[in-house]
Amino acid sequence: MNAVSRRKFLKIGAGTVVGAAASVGALHALQKSGALNALAGERVKGLRKVPTFCDMCFWKCGAIAYVRDGKLWKVEGNPDDPLSRGRLCPRGTGGVGAHYDPDRLRAPLLRKNLRGEEQWVEVTWDEALDYIAGKMKRIKAQYGAEAMALFSHGIGGTFLKHLIKAYGSPNVSAPSFAQCRGPRDVGFRLTFGEDVSSPERTDIRNAQCLVLIGSHLGENMHNTQVQEFAEAVENHASIIVVDPRFSVAASKAKFYLPIKPGTDLALLLAWMNVIVRENLYDKAYVEQYGFGFEPLAAEIASYSPEWAYPETGIEPKLIYETAREMARYKPATLVHPGRHVTWYGDDAQRSRAIALLNALLGSWGRKGGFYTPVSMDVPAYPYPPYPKSEKGKVDNPDHKYPFAHETITTGIREATLTGKPYPIKGWMIYATNLLHALPNEQETIRAIQNLDLMVVVDVIPSEIAGWADVVLPESVYLERHDDLNVEWFREPFIAIRQPAVESPHEQKPNWWMAKKLAERLDLGHYFPWATIEEYLEKRITSAGLDYQELNAKGILRGEQQPIYFDEGVTAEFPTPSGKIEFYSLQLAEAGFDPVPKYSRPPEPPAGYFRLLFGRAPVHSFSRTQSNPILMDMMDENSIWVNADVARRYGLKTGDRVRLKNQDGVVSNPINVHATERIRTDCVYMVHGFGHNSKTLKRAFGKGASDAQLITRYTTDPLMGGTGMNVNFVTFETEA
Amino acid sequence: MNEIWNSRTNPMIDPTLHIWGWEIPVYLFLGGLVAGFMIISGYFTLKGHHRHSYFSSFYLPHLSLIFLSLGMFALFLDLEYKLHVWRLYTTFEITSPMSWGAWILVLVYPMLLLNTLVSIPEPFRNRIRVFDRFSDWINRHPYLIKNIGIWNMIVGAVLGMYTGVLLSGLAARPLWNNSMLWVLFLTSGLSSAAALVHLISTDKVERVASARADNAFLTFELLVLALFIVGMLSSARAQQEAVFLILSGPYAAVFWIFVVLLGIVIPLIIQLLAVNHKIRHTPVAPILVMAGGVILRFVIVYAGQYSHWAQPAMSF
Amino acid sequence: MARLAMVIDTAKCVGCMDCVVACKTENNVPEGFNRDWIVQDVQGKFPTLHMEIRSERCNHCENPPCVTCCPTGASHVHEYGGVVLVDHDRCIGCKACVASCPYDARFIHPDGYADKCTFCIHRVEKGLEPACVAVCPTRCMYFGDLDDPHSTVRRLMKERKHHTLLPEGGTKPHVYYLT
Repeated sequence: MNAVSRRKFLKIGAGTVVGAAASVGALHALQKSGALNALAGERVKGLRKVPTFCDMCFWKCGAIAYVRDGKLWKVEGNPDDPLSRGRLCPRGTGGVGAHYDPDRLRAPLLRKNLRGEEQWVEVTWDEALDYIAGKMKRIKAQYGAEAMALFSHGIGGTFLKHLIKAYGSPNVSAPSFAQCRGPRDVGFRLTFGEDVSSPERTDIRNAQCLVLIGSHLGENMHNTQVQEFAEAVENHASIIVVDPRFSVAASKAKFYLPIKPGTDLALLLAWMNVIVRENLYDKAYVEQYGFGFEPLAAEIASYSPEWAYPETGIEPKLIYETAREMARYKPATLVHPGRHVTWYGDDAQRSRAIALLNALLGSWGRKGGFYTPVSMDVPAYPYPPYPKSEKGKVDNPDHKYPFAHETITTGIREATLTGKPYPIKGWMIYATNLLHALPNEQETIRAIQNLDLMVVVDVIPSEIAGWADVVLPESVYLERHDDLNVEWFREPFIAIRQPAVESPHEQKPNWWMAKKLAERLDLGHYFPWATIEEYLEKRITSAGLDYQELNAKGILRGEQQPIYFDEGVTAEFPTPSGKIEFYSLQLAEAGFDPVPKYSRPPEPPAGYFRLLFGRAPVHSFSRTQSNPILMDMMDENSIWVNADVARRYGLKTGDRVRLKNQDGVVSNPINVHATERIRTDCVYMVHGFGHNSKTLKRAFGKGASDAQLITRYTTDPLMGGTGMNVNFVTFETEA
Repeated sequence: MNEIWNSRTNPMIDPTLHIWGWEIPVYLFLGGLVAGFMIISGYFTLKGHHRHSYFSSFYLPHLSLIFLSLGMFALFLDLEYKLHVWRLYTTFEITSPMSWGAWILVLVYPMLLLNTLVSIPEPFRNRIRVFDRFSDWINRHPYLIKNIGIWNMIVGAVLGMYTGVLLSGLAARPLWNNSMLWVLFLTSGLSSAAALVHLISTDKVERVASARADNAFLTFELLVLALFIVGMLSSARAQQEAVFLILSGPYAAVFWIFVVLLGIVIPLIIQLLAVNHKIRHTPVAPILVMAGGVILRFVIVYAGQYSHWAQPAMSF
Repeated sequence: MARLAMVIDTAKCVGCMDCVVACKTENNVPEGFNRDWIVQDVQGKFPTLHMEIRSERCNHCENPPCVTCCPTGASHVHEYGGVVLVDHDRCIGCKACVASCPYDARFIHPDGYADKCTFCIHRVEKGLEPACVAVCPTRCMYFGDLDDPHSTVRRLMKERKHHTLLPEGGTKPHVYYLT
């Protein structure tokens, strides 16, 4: 690292005036460059604070952007915000970097050559929007409006969703269902009749016993959850962590269960077995609210801890001990339902087992378990009704997945590939990098070949943008308005997103794009407002709230309402029986196990390791790797390998390897992290790295992508979720 | 051993300290060499040898001025904020070895200059009047000459010690944090200086005397090195680990081959044979000694930066 | 005389690096450099492991070797709270202080001077907490005056087991870790 001093000497040698810093790094350079003055618009001396809400993940924490002398300086949490309580997570704090990211999309791009070659011509907004509208009109005329699908993630997609629905297509989807939390919500719906939703209605703060199954809070940085997790630690809550990897959460746990991957359901059944057999469950609760407890008890009678031991690798003693620990603190025992749960294809049933365990402990609706979220009543904008689709949604023909209550992304992909039940000819993709989000990227790429139109709206040139016909550059959240956040949470509140600075180049907010496209598609009447402020003001005033006050504070809080059964919340279970369904008739009717049954997952072939992936606290999906601040925190991922395994393979921390999966797909080079913190039968990496989009210059080629190695997936028969922890890899050392 | 992961990746700091490149070892070597020169030339001046030879009292201090300036230039090159270098002379920080060094250097220059004025060779006379007059004045007061000799030796010794104290004051680096380091650097400076005088002096008496002295210095240096190592081995864990960096670790080959064997043992044997008239004097031994002196500074500076109290983190 | 100190609860810290990010934006720390950082210290053999997670930074030692070794007086102890600071204008970039710090807490700023954590003295003097403390989502960091008998830091030090880093070095750190 003599480079710095040497360069500085040369500068001085060349007669450079000292003090002119040998600045390193793009952020530093950018902040100094004149270009930025222009992008900050007019330079205003002094400090300006703009309340808004974050978009670095989809938790939507209240934030305050600090603008110093016309330039974005920092972002802090809004102390009024119940989600963040004035403290953003590292991504939120690093949100400034999204604005300064040198790799941002700058102007609308039109494809020059073949799809995926990433050859572009910069065009004007008029050209880009005319092109899209022209294609959309043709698709509608030729195939019907339903042939257009939208993949969208986050609140920013609101207006594009509105546009696509107004256009006449019901095919609006997000990977957050079939690639993430879908099975959990299905499992809980089948049991309690309601979703866990987001932010999760988990009362971690008040839990006296917290059970985390593969849920790596602290590495997964959903702000409120992590804050409450720390509170639980501080309150000496008994923490039980089940994970093949000694996660950060595991390091805080009283009990760590190093489970064999894929066998969680066996453990859950054994826990229930102990709790029922030893009469440790909440009898009054089960009696009052439960349906079908007896058949459940009969079904799980055979799943003893001794039975579970060879399956899970967890000693029976530990299973007994933890089951009793959970029962000791009931109903303030929270068995966390997790969030990203698309693991093995049995995920909805596993999630249902988690729901059942919670039900036995009486934690649903109870303090320290699951609270009942509340919200403010803000009417939707009075739009004209959407045209009715005769064909219906494309993703789940004949209700193949009977319990999917949201649209299945991979179902749309399947229809695009096969043309059945009807052809899909246009994709619009908003803020989701489908190539990293959906399993088997080759399938996605093949589907794209069948499209007449492929539009990507994003802030950075993601991999999926590389395959688009038109790329529309969006303003980052600190530069735009979005729809109101009317949150369902512990307490009712609404939050507003408003721009702190102007977009540096040609970027535009999504609402503007949606409105301009609507006008070109003769759907202008669906966007009756002139500006987003007009839209927001109308919504807020129609709720009887003060728009100016919201602008000034960023957040308006409603009155606290009861959130537990004990506080007076009516215990309602919108299931067919109106009760908590320990035994599910609707599952039985659909031909599934009414009480979850365990089946053994396939073992990795000899010399292969199960590929697990997760999150780092400083990155969101594959969206933030080029953010200069977050990149500075972590610029590539590594592959966690058990220390003994590493020794066996002659690998040590810092060695570069490539991973090869069971189908012969080979990853980018990745650093080995030889560690005691993981089992010997699996390896682990942080998701979102290994970018190969050429224009994502700073993140290009850094680390490896798990998505690339996920060529196989097991589809959940209940709801179409894609279990992705079913791939196995081995090491290829760099020649 | 713990498994430690550290998110910090500061340039020049991580994964291990590497703030100092070639400049500091070169500066330390040249500083030590000049210290040795001052002691040698001071000694000859004290002994009145300037009446027989101009080399030690005139040419050697001049050479010292050049070498010292080169050393200081190397130090200057290492500074990260070069135009602030004058800040060294706006204060004296009594606890800072580097501040001491800065001010010692201020004493070194006039001492060297005074030594050159003890006897000005004919070709250099009648150039700068004031020097001639000053030289004549000194020569009228022999006790001044003795004082110049003594003070050159004292200031030289302080300079030589300082090159060691500069490092040993940095307690955070266990290899340096050793009370033998200044003795080692001073001895090494003397042996290198004697070697160079042996190699280039025009005066036979000086050549023979320095060869004999060099043998003594080299023998002493071996002893000091041994004590340095023994001392480290009997210290805290971190210091044991630190000394193993040069005994058996990544710096061992260079240390044993270039510093000990080629830098001390072999030249010592050659010079012992030469002094005892078994073989002719050759420039091989002095060159080896000086090369060994340079490499010693490199090994100590590099291995010292690598040495640490806290267990280092994994880098990946 | 105030004696400012930071007390960090390793039981609550999840090592999310928010402190590092907040320091970056607050203090405009150049890319590639860190004034604070996260250490994960793991002992044991799978699955019987213990991990301590620490947010580390300059310890603002009571006996700071970086101050004693500075040849120009650029490194100094601030009159308020015993905070160790660097006067950029007096620093010549000799790096002695960088070498003297057993915690490797210092670095050379691209502008040529030694740089490190300032305990956000510019905020503290305005009555705010340091940026890292203020942002921490787990609220595992506490900042205050050890000389104030009513301060949270003082209370925590009394109630909880704690340690400092390399206490054998005699530097007397003012960053304490609760275990």
